[in-house]
Order: sequence, then C-alpha cells, then structure tokens
Amino acid sequence: MDCSTRREFLALAGGAAVLAVTLRPAEATPAMLASAIRNVVGTAAVKTGKVKLEIPPLVENGNTVPMTVSVESPMAPEDHVKSIHVFNEKNPQPNIGNFYLSPQAGRAQVSTRIRLADSQKVVAIAKLSDGTFWSASVDVVVTLAACTEEVI
Amino acid sequence: MPSALINVPRKAKRGDIIEIKTLMSHIMETGYRHTVSGEVVPRDIVTSFVCRFNGTEIFRADLFPAISANPFFSFFTTVTESGKFDFEWTGDKGFSETASASISVE
Repeated sequence: MDCSTRREFLALAGGAAVLAVTLRPAEATPAMLASAIRNVVGTAAVKTGKVKLEIPPLVENGNTVPMTVSVESPMAPEDHVKSIHVFNEKNPQPNIGNFYLSPQAGRAQVSTRIRLADSQKVVAIAKLSDGTFWSASVDVVVTLAACTEEVI
Repeated sequence: MPSALINVPRKAKRGDIIEIKTLMSHIMETGYRHTVSGEVVPRDIVTSFVCRFNGTEIFRADLFPAISANPFFSFFTTVTESGKFDFEWTGDKGFSETASASISVE
C-alpha cells in the first residue's frame, strides 16, 4: 500500500470516527447503568436468578417494546417481592421503571411497554422482603431507535 | 374520549388472583428530542402511577422517559372482598388523572 494513501485513509477513518462520536446523542454508559443499580441496591450483592425478563430478542420499533418481568415468589407476607427495577444500558437515562408490589399481589409479574434507543442490554432487579436482590438481563436488537429522533 | 382505559374483571371468587390492565393516554415526551431548529422539546411525562384497593395501596410505579407513549401496565392482585380500585396518574406540567373500577367478590 502506498504510504500517502494509507495516511489519507487513516486520517479519513479517524475523522469519520470523530464525526460518529460527536453525532451520537447522549447515552447512558455502562458506568451510569452500574451507578443506577448501586442507587437501588446499595452495597448488597445482586444474584442472578429467580427473575424472568421477557422482551422480544429482535425489535423492529424501539418506541414501543413489550416487556414482562416476573419473579419466582410465593408472595406471602413473610416472603414476597417488594419491588422490581428495570434498567437499560444505552438510552439517555439508565432507568426504565420502578414497580412496587405488595404481598397481596399473589403473583409477582408486571408488564409494560418501553422505549429502547439502541440495541442493548436490559436488566431487571427484584428486591425481596428478606433484603436480597435478584436479577436477569436480556440482550435486545433494535432496528428503529426511539427517544432521540428529531421532531418533524 | 376517556383518557384512561381500565380492564378489571367485574366478578371474582374470593382468593382469586386477578389481572389488572391499565392504559393512560399521554404523549410521554422524553425531553431528549430536538425540533428542526435545534431546540430541545421539554420533557412531559407521567412520573407516577398508583393503584389502591379500598384505600390501600396495592401497586405503584415510578415512570421514566423510557416508558412508551400511552403508558400501559398489567399487574396482579388477590381479591378477598368486594370493593373499588382507584387508579391515579401524576406527571409533569401538573398532569393528574384518576379512574376507578369496582369488583364484586363472591
């Protein structure tokens, strides 16, 4: 390869990378995701399991993505799910929603519709009445992003 | 047109677990979108949803801009007596809506 064209190529590629970075809308970083989770769980350990997070793995329209979170729990006064928190990795904000349940719910399951700005990981964390935290995460591919598109 | 749609069974047997579905008509403007001239469209979302049964809170949700327009929720509760479900949505710009539904339990 000719040295000058290689240099030009690299300069162009670098420029393109800078452009791509500057054009990108603000997004939550994995660090923001981690700190949002810390805000909820404090210093407690989060174990994987018990929680089931259902989202279609391939989403055409990120503006309305059906999501169901369910937690294995007897939902008895002495052993129930207190709250469910859902987070994302790449929307402008790491939080999606917090849901607070009571023992008389009978079934620890919540459904809603969410927005996803990009293909990313979605994390659900459940807080149980004994103070433990359980989580599940799903990787979702989004073809049409939500949240940051221009208003026409 | 009513802005809230509620789906609660009219009748249930004592001890049944029932599903409640709610839909509130709302734009849920994220606050991250721009107009063509570059101005940010201010955030306008529902921030909180509460469901009470006979005055006792049974379900509550904090909403963020990542909840889709026209927020939909489905959740469950065990019914032990007849009564009334009250639903309340509050949000930005003083948004406040309520709805209710009754159930008779045999």
